[in-house]
Amino acid sequence: MAERPEDLNLPNAVITRIIKEALPDGVNISKEARSAISRAASVFVLYATSCANNFAVKGKRKTLNASDVLSAMEEMEFQRFVAPLKESLEVYRREQKGKKEARKDKDKKTDSEEQDKSREEENDDDDERMEEEEQNDEEELDN
Amino acid sequence: AARLSGGENRLVSLPLSRIRVIMKSSPEVSSINQDALFLTAKATELFVQYLAMYSYKHGRGKEKNALTYSDLSHTAEECETFQFLADILPKKILASKYLKMLQKEKQDGELGEDDEDEEDEDEDETVDEDVGS
Repeated sequence: MAERPEDLNLPNAVITRIIKEALPDGVNISKEARSAISRAASVFVLYATSCANNFAVKGKRKTLNASDVLSAMEEMEFQRFVAPLKESLEVYRREQKGKKEARKDKDKKTDSEEQDKSREEENDDDDERMEEEEQNDEEELDN
Repeated sequence: AARLSGGENRLVSLPLSRIRVIMKSSPEVSSINQDALFLTAKATELFVQYLAMYSYKHGRGKEKNALTYSDLSHTAEECETFQFLADILPKKILASKYLKMLQKEKQDGELGEDDEDEEDEDEDETVDEDVGS
């Protein structure tokens, strides 16, 4: 899959908002600073992924999981992230569970053909669920 | 199921699909489970906040109520946790200073030269040729 250069960047508006949330009100953020932080964030993702992958390999797994990412944070000296990440993960899992149940309920109301379709959806790589979460998702997700 | 759009109330603001693209650009990664994807996105947000806040606190930009590039590159150089960013956040210097550095290196390499140029202290762009005597 060939990525266009901008695909490895994160959206400017979101990055800017996150920065503003971290700084006192009224602090000016130069365009250069904002762009640098955005690049740093992309590098962070790569570094975290590589680190997490090492833990997966150690565990003889091919799929990165939550504990791999948390272990990576400790390894990278971002232990301060671990507690808030665990909290957020709990909330996220509850949300996902809620959505799954909502879909199941919806399916019970329709005919059996639909039910087969939803079973397929649950079996694949969670790509479809991700699509629902995104506002404008035109990217072709692999797997 | 449609999600709330417009960001502020979401659990995570960075788009998971984009995070996934970046993660998958690493050739050694086969697949990523949904929780791992979410955690990476959330960790990236925490990272952005930490980097911004740390750089602002320890930098000189705040003298003018700003966060500058120089604050960030200073952080990458000085703080061990952020040293992995040193290559992408290099320090910047004035062109005139760089030219002086080059000149000095040239002088150090040549023995017995007069250091006439050292007297020239101003910041203008012209660089004096080392004529030699």
